[in-house]
Formats: sequence, C-alpha cells, structure tokens
Amino acid sequence: MERFIGKYWPVFVLPTLLAFAIGFLAPFGMGLYLSFCDFTTLSDAVFTGFDNYIRAFSDGGGGFLHSLWFTALFAVLSTATINVFGLSMALLLTRAIRGRDVFRTVLFLPNLIGGIVLGWLWQVIFNGILNPLGLTIVTNEWYGFWGLLLIMLWQQAGYMMIIYISGLSTIPEELSEAAGIDGASAWQTFWHVRLPMLRPSITICTFLTLTNGFKLFDQNLSLTNGMPSGRSELLALNIYNTFYGRSGWEGAGQAKAVVFCLIVVGIALLQLRLTQRGEVEA
Amino acid sequence: MRKLLAIVIAAGMLLALSVIFAAAEAPKGGTTAPAKASETSENKGNGTTQPASGGQVYYLNFKPEQAMQWEELAKVYTTRTGVPVTVMTAASDTYEDTLRSEMEKAQMPTLFQVNGPVGLRTWRDYCLDLSGTALVEQLKSDEFALRENGQVLGVAYAIETYGLIYRKDLLETYCALPGAVITAPEDIRDFATLKAVAEDIQRRRDEVGVLGAFTSAGMDSSSDWRFKTHLANLPIYYEYKAGDVNVSDAVQGTYLDGYRAVWDLYIHNATCAPTLIGGKTNEDALAEFALGEAVFYQNGTWAYEGLIEAGLEDEQLGMLPIYIGAPGEENQGLCTGSENYWCVNRKASEADISATIAFLEWCITSDEGRDALAHKMGFVTPFRTFGEEYTADNPLQKAAADYLELGKTPVSWSFTTIPSETWKNNVGAALLEYAQGTGDWEAVRTAFVDGWAKEYQAANER
Repeated sequence: MERFIGKYWPVFVLPTLLAFAIGFLAPFGMGLYLSFCDFTTLSDAVFTGFDNYIRAFSDGGGGFLHSLWFTALFAVLSTATINVFGLSMALLLTRAIRGRDVFRTVLFLPNLIGGIVLGWLWQVIFNGILNPLGLTIVTNEWYGFWGLLLIMLWQQAGYMMIIYISGLSTIPEELSEAAGIDGASAWQTFWHVRLPMLRPSITICTFLTLTNGFKLFDQNLSLTNGMPSGRSELLALNIYNTFYGRSGWEGAGQAKAVVFCLIVVGIALLQLRLTQRGEVEA
Repeated sequence: MRKLLAIVIAAGMLLALSVIFAAAEAPKGGTTAPAKASETSENKGNGTTQPASGGQVYYLNFKPEQAMQWEELAKVYTTRTGVPVTVMTAASDTYEDTLRSEMEKAQMPTLFQVNGPVGLRTWRDYCLDLSGTALVEQLKSDEFALRENGQVLGVAYAIETYGLIYRKDLLETYCALPGAVITAPEDIRDFATLKAVAEDIQRRRDEVGVLGAFTSAGMDSSSDWRFKTHLANLPIYYEYKAGDVNVSDAVQGTYLDGYRAVWDLYIHNATCAPTLIGGKTNEDALAEFALGEAVFYQNGTWAYEGLIEAGLEDEQLGMLPIYIGAPGEENQGLCTGSENYWCVNRKASEADISATIAFLEWCITSDEGRDALAHKMGFVTPFRTFGEEYTADNPLQKAAADYLELGKTPVSWSFTTIPSETWKNNVGAALLEYAQGTGDWEAVRTAFVDGWAKEYQAANER
C-alpha cells in the first residue's frame, strides 16, 4: 500500500492542491494585496499603504468595532447552545427509544435548508409572533440577535448531534459497565468516563460552531440585513456592506476582511489547542 | 486491481475538479451574493450559427419591473440580426453590487446604467463618450444627457414620475360620504388638505371600507428607497429651489419639518402601526393597495405594470403630488426626472461596443424597439424618434402630463445629487427608528444635514 501511495501520490494530491491554490491561496494573496490599495474593480488598484486599515477602524468606518463584539458574543453563545443541545440530543437518541431514527432524521433536516431561505422563513415566523405585540424582528438589535441564535441552534444542533452520536458509539460499552459496577452514578459515568472519551468530537464540534458563528452571513442578511441602523450586523455582513455598499470604501472593506480572517484563524487555533489538550484515546 | 482502483479514483477526482471549475465559472457571486440576479442568456447555445462579426451585447438592466420585456426585446433583436444579446437584471436594490461583480468578469456588461452624477463618479472610467451617436442626436433636450468635461457619458432613456398614487374609486367613495373634507380628488392641492383628508379617512376607515388611508410605509431594506430617497427628494428640492442651486456640498435642512410632517402622516394613518413598518416591504404596500385596503400609495409610473397585474383597472388609478407644506406648493406638480442613464462600457472590445451602440439605436428607431419601450415597458422616453404613436398612455403617465398642462411645476429629481448610498441608508435607518419610537427626530436631522456634509466630503476627497 505504501509503495502504491509513494508511486501515485501526485494523482491524489495535485488535483486538490490545484483547487486549493486557485480557490483559496490565490484569492487570499490577492485580497491581502488589495487591502493596501484603493480600487473600484480588481484591475484598477493603486497602492495606498495602511490607509484602508485606518479607515476600517475609524468612526466613519461603519460600526466595525460594534460588529466585532456583537459577533464575538454571538459566536460564544451559539457555540455553547448548539453544543449543549446537540450533545443532549445525542445522549437521548443513543438510548433505545422508539422511533430513534425518525427523531435523528427530523433533527438533522433543518441543516439541509439553505441559509437565505432559512432566514426568510424565520423572519416570517418571528414577525408573525411579534407583530401582535407591536414589535418586529428589527425593533432593536437584540430581537435579531436572539432570533439568529435560535435559527442557528435549530439549524446546526442536528448536525452536531450526528457527530456526537458517532463519537458516543465508538466508546466501548465495557467502560460504562465497569464504572457502573464500581458504583458510579449515571451522572458520574457520563462526566468522568464518557465525556473525556468524547473529547475528539467536542473538538470538532466546537471548532465548527465557533467558526460558523463568526462567519455567519446568509441568515444575518435575510433575517435582519443589519437593521435597525446596522446594529444587528455581524462581521461578515459588515464587511460585505462596506465593500459593496460604499463607493470608495472597497479597500477598507478588504482591510476589514483581512482583520476578520486573522481573528477567526487565531481563535480557531487557540480553541483547537485548548480542546485538544484533554483528548484521550480508548 | 490496485492499478484499476487508482485509475478509477483519480478519474473521479479529476471529474470532481472539473465540476468545481465549471461551478466556479457558471454562477455569479457564488455564495456571498445569494439570489442577487436572474440571468437569461438568449444565445449561449447558437454561437455556431452566428455571423462571425463577433460583437455581442450584454445589458445589465437596472429595472426588475421591466426584466421580462427586455428579455423579449433581446430575443427579437437576435432573430433579426443574429447578434447575441444577453439581458441580466439585478434584483431590487442590488444594482451596484451586481455591476461591481459583473465588471470583474471577462465577459463584462457592455451596456449598464448609472443613476446620475453621483453614480457616474464611480463608473466614469468605464463610460464611453456617446457624442455623435443617434442616442445623443435624438435627445429632445440636452438636460437628458449626462455630461462631464464636454463628453456625453450617459444618456437618459426613461423619464419617470412619482407621487401619491391613489385609488380613484375609493377616494370617490370617501368624497361621497356626508361631511367629507373634499368633494373631488382634485381638491387636494396642498399639505393641509391632504392631511385633513388622510386623517378623516383614517377615522372613518370602516365607512370607506379600508384599513387605513396610506399603505404601510415598508422600511425593510429592500423597500425603504420610497422614503429615504424619493420622499427625501422634496425637502432637498425645495432647499435647492430656495437657494437657486442644482447641487450642494452641505444642505441646511430648511424643509425638514415638512419631511417630518408628511412622514408622520404616512405612518400614523396607515394600514398598520408605525412600530411594524420595519418588517413591511413595497410588495406588501402594493398588495394592500390592490386589495383596496388603503387609498394612497407613494410610488411612481414604474409601478403601473405591477398594479395592473395585481388586478387593478386604469380607471381606478390616479396620482397626486406629494405635498410637504412648503410655500408655493399649490403650483407644485409631480416629481419627474430620470435616474436611468445608459452607459456603454469603454473597456469592452471594439466589436462589442459597436454591437451595443447598434442595439441601442435599433431600440429607439425600429418599430419593435419603440413599441417595446413605449407600450410594453411603459417608458416615457426623451428621444425625438418617439412620436405620437409611441407615447406611453397609462393613467399615471397621463396624470403627469395633465399636471404639466395645468401649468404646475414638476419637481425635479434632486435626489440624484445625494452624495452617497450611505447617506440614504443612514437617513432611512433614522426614519425607521423614529417611526418605531426607538429613536428621535433629531437623529433624522443629524443624518440628513450633518451626514450630507460628511458624505459629500468623503465622496469628493478621493
């Protein structure tokens, strides 16, 4: 097998590498360069140094700092809720209950709906509930915030649940059994035996939800589009609006995107390091 | 066996890769620009049967209302001449975004639109000097040409009018009620009367059979242009008029009280509570209007097709000027102007440029073209080639003509000088917050006056 791979590795690596270079490396390098330029379209860029970065953080920069902490709060809360809920569901649905597969399927289904559609759908639902009270989803930014949190929970919990279920099913029964014989309660078994064994799944799931929370765009766009007054704008939408919505601010939008990228990469690496530290193997 | 496996896997990967490339090629904007535009390519398939002149037309259309008609016209032109014409229409309120991403592509629009002097500032490097083409030669007046440094960089093709569209039948029902403030719709000649009528209708809405005097003032970001741009035009227009200027680097907001008064009137005498307008759209307003739930609907001639499609008849429609209580408004007419200027892309290939100009000339001179523009799309055009038989004749256009005949002064579209989209967005956001009660009028004033100076400076320093 090794000889086989040694001989044919380019066949396996090159297509992906090429796609990665074209789809990621090249645009990333170009974006990095453009963040130091003044431009309307990619072909007419003029180098301007750090000007864009100063503009991105300036008062007139379109609420970048507000979006930053708003997004951070959102990412943290959505990571917590999605994982707690997803794991609870996984624990429930690995027991022998009737219709287990139906429940699993139903919980996973929301994940198959696209973000834009989801946002519209929930906008109608939320407004349907709020309108009789004289409110809308955009009355203030917190309605949008909690709304988004709920949507993301609904959409992603099922996905994380599937990962947790597969994680749970790899834990040997003997371990729980042995703990039970030793006199551990159900809670103790979960906390001291099964949870540590789940660490790899937790790493994956928190990584996915945390980065998803930071990168969230579609649902934000279609649920509130930043209303009112741009205060429910998450980072990705803020960058989009700066880039596309303000003539002459394309560079500042690009600079924001670079800052955004650094933040997300930094947080993701930190999170991976923290959660991986306690991983154990059976 | 292993060899076979390797070949199969490699083939699979290559296939997947080609799919990725194909997918990257096909859609516009990808996932970051969801549902932005609908593309209709008329001619992708029949390239082989085309004459080899090579030129083609790619029109990025601004007006979703007329998307179908443009596509039909493109098809007709292609059958006639064999020149491929692609029409793509940007979704409501996303034209600039779409144009920007389309301009990055190898096949960029050969024909696009700017909304006036401010839009031109962004795209001037892409605009071909149209002097000497039939487009410019046939203009009825030079004011429909967008000039810069002696060059004609854009040509208006549709003159439009907006105001308060009203349901004639419903307003007449109201006029017939005992104790009605007016006896005929024409009696509304100033803001005071409009206010009295609207408030009376609101009070007696059950008798009139409506839910409110005005349709909901939808402030969803897809629809707030009716108020942050079109309604805002009136205080700007009156201020320009008083100062005898056409453009300003800093407005004073002299007529903001009128803006506030009419906004208050809209939101407090409507089909829904002011707190709910954040979730309402222009489509909601149109539906309410068509269903007879409201009497007044602020919009313009471009809404005509939609209103007819929704089941209304010509006799049911009329249009009043939007009054804001400015001095001399008894002589005020409807708001007439253009924010639709055709520009030909200078950076397109020679062949494409000449194909595009030929297409445009055909549009304004041929029978099919004139018929489509005047009758199917309902445009009032500024071209001499459109004689008597090619004038749009819907009741909204007629209202505009009638007011002119009465000697009323049309309100020009001063909003085309608004310094930036950001100004509009900020004013719109402040208007919504004021309506919801989460903000005060001072914020609107700040966005309007201070925002103008700031945005003007930001737009012009670069």
